[in-house]
Amino acid sequence: MAPTKQKKPKAPDWPDKLFRSLKEAGIAQVSYVPDAGHAQLIRSCHADNHIKTTRLTTEEEGIALALGAWLGGDRSALLMQSSGVGNCINMLSIIQETRSPLLMLVTMRGEWGEFNPWQIPMGQGTAKALEDAGMIVYHVDRAEDLPETIRAASQIAFSAYRPVAVLIGQRIIGYKDWRK
Amino acid sequence: MAASKKIAMNRRDVVSRILKDRGDALLVTGLGSATWDAAAAGDHRNNFYLWGGMGGAAMTGLGLARAQPDRRVIVLTGDGEMLMGIGALATVSVAAPANLAICVIDNQHYGETGMQETHTGHGVDLAGMAAAAGFGTTATVWTKKELEGVLPTLYDAKGPVFVAVKVGTDPVPMVLPLRDGTAIRARFREAVLGDRAYD
Repeated sequence: MAPTKQKKPKAPDWPDKLFRSLKEAGIAQVSYVPDAGHAQLIRSCHADNHIKTTRLTTEEEGIALALGAWLGGDRSALLMQSSGVGNCINMLSIIQETRSPLLMLVTMRGEWGEFNPWQIPMGQGTAKALEDAGMIVYHVDRAEDLPETIRAASQIAFSAYRPVAVLIGQRIIGYKDWRK
Repeated sequence: MAASKKIAMNRRDVVSRILKDRGDALLVTGLGSATWDAAAAGDHRNNFYLWGGMGGAAMTGLGLARAQPDRRVIVLTGDGEMLMGIGALATVSVAAPANLAICVIDNQHYGETGMQETHTGHGVDLAGMAAAAGFGTTATVWTKKELEGVLPTLYDAKGPVFVAVKVGTDPVPMVLPLRDGTAIRARFREAVLGDRAYD
């Protein structure tokens, strides 16, 4: 008798599409402070032999890493959760002053249906903080818009030499039901 | 105890001596005195001067070292700048770039803000922290003789390498390099990448 197949919950396919968009954009380095929303993408980056992956202790390290990568001719992407955005603000000045590209992918907390009150202050301030620091901000709330948004963001980063953050809405990632 | 040793070296003499052996190495300098020291030793197209982003020098060096694995990358920075981004020691160690060396010109003070003391004059051992983070090669040097001995390590040993050089606080003349970050970036990228810098 054939073994009974356990039905696993289906993993979302947007992280794989996101990964393919990063590959198409020629991303050679990826750095990150982990977030549950980025887990699948981080695994894909580690599994790719052509992407140099750097795990960070704090998000602003990734800003400096992105500048160094660009100085050496590498395109890079920086992954973080919205709570890490506040850590980056002063370091963003080195990207602005050298007019270097920055592609940041930020998974949102404190936004859509958040249950943890401590996530709200930074989550509600994320876009404003980035814009005040001079970044271009794209907010995405539908998974099907992500690949196209990454393409647009990559072009503005690496062809127009500008810092851009793609905020991946909590609506896409799915919010936790705190009662479960 | 290390902290009670006598500091006798002048930072400008130290940095000039280090950079005399640079060959085709790429240099990233941390904001403040390390940037002025590198300028005083002589401007170079392979120098990338940070004037801001305190705490970011080691990580800028890591991004560059990973993008240019066949070039030696030297990060020259101060003790205050290194302390602000101290987590980078863990990140660099785990990334394990074989071509990266970090050299901290350690005067145990914040030189740009009125010479307040840093932690390194109070027992914090940066080379010890680098070793504990997993750097295979670390050193703290106090004398010219020790400095001569450590230079081949800085330029040739398998990275990541960490060297702290203890220097005094005697005033030195201000020497400023290029200030426009866009110009510094463009010149450096052209030196490293040639025409590809403008793709």
